[in-house]
Amino acid sequence: MATDERGMLIPVIDDENAGFWEGTAAGELRVQRCTRCERLRFPPRPMCPWCHSCHRQFVTVSGNGAIWSFVVAHPPLLPAYAALAPYNVVVVTLDEDPALRMVSNLVTRPGGPVNEVDPATIRIGEHVRAVFDPPNGAGIAMLRWMREAPVTGS
Amino acid sequence: MPPAPRHLLKDATAIAGIGQTALAKHLDPSETELAATAVTAALGDAGIAPSEVDALCSYTMEATDEVELARNVGTGDITFFGQVGYGGGAGCGVVGLAAMAVATGQARVAVAWRSRKRGSGPRPWTRPIAAPGDVPMRWTRPTGLLRPVDEVAMLTRRYMHEFGATRNHLANVALACRLHANRNPGAVMYDRPLTRDEYLAARWISEPLCLYDNCLETDGALAVVVVAAERARDCPQRPAYIHAFAQGLPRQSQTMTNYFCEDPLRGPSWTAAQLLWDRADVSPADVKVAQIYDAFTPLVLMSLEGYGFCKRGEGAAFTEGGNIALGGTLPVNTSGGGLSEAYVHGFNLITEGVRQIRGTSTSQVDGADVCLVTSGEGVPTSALLLRS
Repeated sequence: MATDERGMLIPVIDDENAGFWEGTAAGELRVQRCTRCERLRFPPRPMCPWCHSCHRQFVTVSGNGAIWSFVVAHPPLLPAYAALAPYNVVVVTLDEDPALRMVSNLVTRPGGPVNEVDPATIRIGEHVRAVFDPPNGAGIAMLRWMREAPVTGS
Repeated sequence: MPPAPRHLLKDATAIAGIGQTALAKHLDPSETELAATAVTAALGDAGIAPSEVDALCSYTMEATDEVELARNVGTGDITFFGQVGYGGGAGCGVVGLAAMAVATGQARVAVAWRSRKRGSGPRPWTRPIAAPGDVPMRWTRPTGLLRPVDEVAMLTRRYMHEFGATRNHLANVALACRLHANRNPGAVMYDRPLTRDEYLAARWISEPLCLYDNCLETDGALAVVVVAAERARDCPQRPAYIHAFAQGLPRQSQTMTNYFCEDPLRGPSWTAAQLLWDRADVSPADVKVAQIYDAFTPLVLMSLEGYGFCKRGEGAAFTEGGNIALGGTLPVNTSGGGLSEAYVHGFNLITEGVRQIRGTSTSQVDGADVCLVTSGEGVPTSALLLRS
């Protein structure tokens, strides 16, 4: 897994998942959908495990969800991540399907660092929405999550 | 369709020999030398000549391949060899593979082993990961979910949220393992007691997990010899019969980052347990001692539920009152486990299970006639029921 100009790991993009990353670059959260049974699936894969069709496309979802769980990472970490520690990583359940979850960080603004939210304020069940970083040097826009309403004070 | 044969494996084979190297943060010999040393020690324990070995079973992550192992140990002609994947989930699987080879007549003397210099070597998560085996990690590692501890901490936070488990429950696991290690001169933490206050004051690694929720980083190798039950009765050691064996890879599960399914807290243990108990003459209530995979403390709570020692959500409460320490109703990881004896991808849990059946553990449980041994929770897994 290569790193970007800041030393952060760059997602591996291939034919199967490219539609997701085209979405983030366009400011949209896109998920693979079976064009036969219409069920959504993530992470992307060639075959629908429910109807066994290989016909698939990426569709845009609301980007709304809720925090399912989270961690706060401390060293030892890769150097670029250690410099940001402690930082949060959250698993978010998408509103469209409770079994559809995605992993990223809770930030206070699009493009903001992953260590700006006070970890002590993060709660399971909090509603969040997808936001997108500006593309990095490799042209990849990372998905992040923001609280629906800004939290003031503590 | 005719019913599946239910008793093909039951008590058909036994572990007749166990062997190991020293277990330490750093050992000088290579992984291959350690592997060969552990295997020959296990054969010596079984009273079987290396030239009789005709099956080799190992982890896919094993660095010493069958050819190299056979050329060092001086085995005879090998007629069966196979590997099991998924790191710490593989341990009981490689022994089960050996048992199946012997029970089906593909081999007579099967050796299973794990050799690893995880103490001296680099932490795996610091190395670049390669496609396609690491596909799930593509979706998590760039966000900073870098290490196995982060991946398990994510499930742990959710587990604590749903079931009311606390850090004190995780401490119960760490302290029980340490207590047992303090009785085992071969354990890395033999002379290092641990208190609850020290646990609670330890530095975070990935909240909600602290330093003492993590297993050790160890160099070492261990091996077992599996033969037919009849042959085992002629060997010098008391046989540890392989009563039942199962693997588990739940539907729609993901290795380590098992967040992308309907019920992530119903992990691989639940799947393996179904087959294991179905094939066994005993139930969880008959089990007096267990070796439960403990790369991280919360995996023990989840496994206690998965293997049916308590109901879902009750794994934390099960550990209260010293219940999983020596003297409790189910002493767990009686050599110290991965948390306090050594972390060799769970293979030391298997050899300790054999010692309990033999009656030679340094934390021997009275009347231990059945021992459950499990492999990694959170990854496709496996389990063994050993009996005397």
